[in-house]
Amino acid sequence: MKHLIDILDLSVEEIDELIRVADDIIASPVKYREACKYKTLATLFFEPSTRTRLSFESAMLGLGGNVLGFSDSNSSSAKKGESVADTVAVVSGYADIIAMRHPKEGAPMVASMHSLIPIINAGDGGHFHPTQTLTDLLTIHHEKGRFEGLTVGLCGDLKFGRTVHSLIEAMSRYQGVKFVLISPEELKLPGFVKQTYIKEKGIEYVQSTSLEEVMPELDILYMTRVQRERFFNEEDYLRLKDSYILTPEKLKNAKEDMIVMHPLPRVNEIDTRVDGDPRACYFRQAYYGKFIRMALILKLLEVQV
Amino acid sequence: MRIDSIKNGIVIDHIPAGKAMTLYHMLGLSAFDCPVAVLQNVNSPKLGKKDIIKIDAAVELDMDLVSFVCPKATVCIIRDEKVIEKKEISLPQTLTDILVCKNPRCITTTEQGIHQIFRLHSPDSGEYRCIYCDTKAK
Ligand SMILES: [Zn+2]
Repeated sequence: MKHLIDILDLSVEEIDELIRVADDIIASPVKYREACKYKTLATLFFEPSTRTRLSFESAMLGLGGNVLGFSDSNSSSAKKGESVADTVAVVSGYADIIAMRHPKEGAPMVASMHSLIPIINAGDGGHFHPTQTLTDLLTIHHEKGRFEGLTVGLCGDLKFGRTVHSLIEAMSRYQGVKFVLISPEELKLPGFVKQTYIKEKGIEYVQSTSLEEVMPELDILYMTRVQRERFFNEEDYLRLKDSYILTPEKLKNAKEDMIVMHPLPRVNEIDTRVDGDPRACYFRQAYYGKFIRMALILKLLEVQV
Repeated sequence: MRIDSIKNGIVIDHIPAGKAMTLYHMLGLSAFDCPVAVLQNVNSPKLGKKDIIKIDAAVELDMDLVSFVCPKATVCIIRDEKVIEKKEISLPQTLTDILVCKNPRCITTTEQGIHQIFRLHSPDSGEYRCIYCDTKAK
């Protein structure tokens, strides 16, 4: 039995297969609408994340399956001190597959060690969030038609942004990919991420503090939020925050077919005036998230359609 | 100074000077009721100074622990005053319940009855990481 804890649990071939299935579901959803009839997905959310939970539930419902679960630890046995291991052992008897979110890093891995059914990590603290990365990959593939040879710009908080690290990890496995790392000095990509996934693989990259300067080169612009609490003082934050806010003016020099991505929720890092631009793809990204989760559920439940 | 050679037992040699007592405590040797000799600052052509532990009984030791604390040590098994086996030491792939994860956000800080497991991440640098949260062992 297979679980999805870390994006690296999946080979490039398996990711390609998931994307192929997700594309097929988008093209012919009717074919899949009873694929998981009488199967149940349990969403065990030990901390709230409404969008991720709804995406999973909508995916399972789209496959004709059922959903049950809890949406924060106040309404769950966790509050009474029940361990992850015990919760999962019990839920294994009620469902066929589990999507689990937990504030503690490694909780889904503990779950996988005690579960009789597949576990999907739906986010464990600041650690992994593989279905976000799969969503990003499907978005890129669906919008650009390929992974190879793309120039990927990552902008904002590259230091703490786990979605950025996972995306670099996943994209570094494809030929001819180039990274453009755009952030203030304070929020640069950590050395070990750069070393392991960029330098050691001989991948081309550029580091810049200016979004405008590198904009014309990008095929993809992945925005993240620059949070106030990441800065030592208010002046630095105020001085820097506007440089990393995407506006229609900054988009002027971008390629016609560039796409703007964002893991959502956004606060102010993308001006709402950008939303109408055809290159803005962050709401479509959320839509793709449902289909890649459908493909993932089918794979882990070993359902053939 | 001389310690009589042992008849049946284990000699852990080439322990870096000063490490013997750490190893002694981690292996729980104080709980053994057989003779245990700890020799410190013995002259060694190879290391300059070294420590040695001699255990005068055919006991089982946690070799993972020995190799984790002293990866350059040699372990000899003695039977009838002869070395019958010289164990090669290499860093163990995993360490179970030897280290404790220091990451306050790690599931091991709250989950009851969980084993602390670390995996060898880089054999060159001897770096271990928590299998749950990937935090480096300190
Ligand atoms: Zn840990």
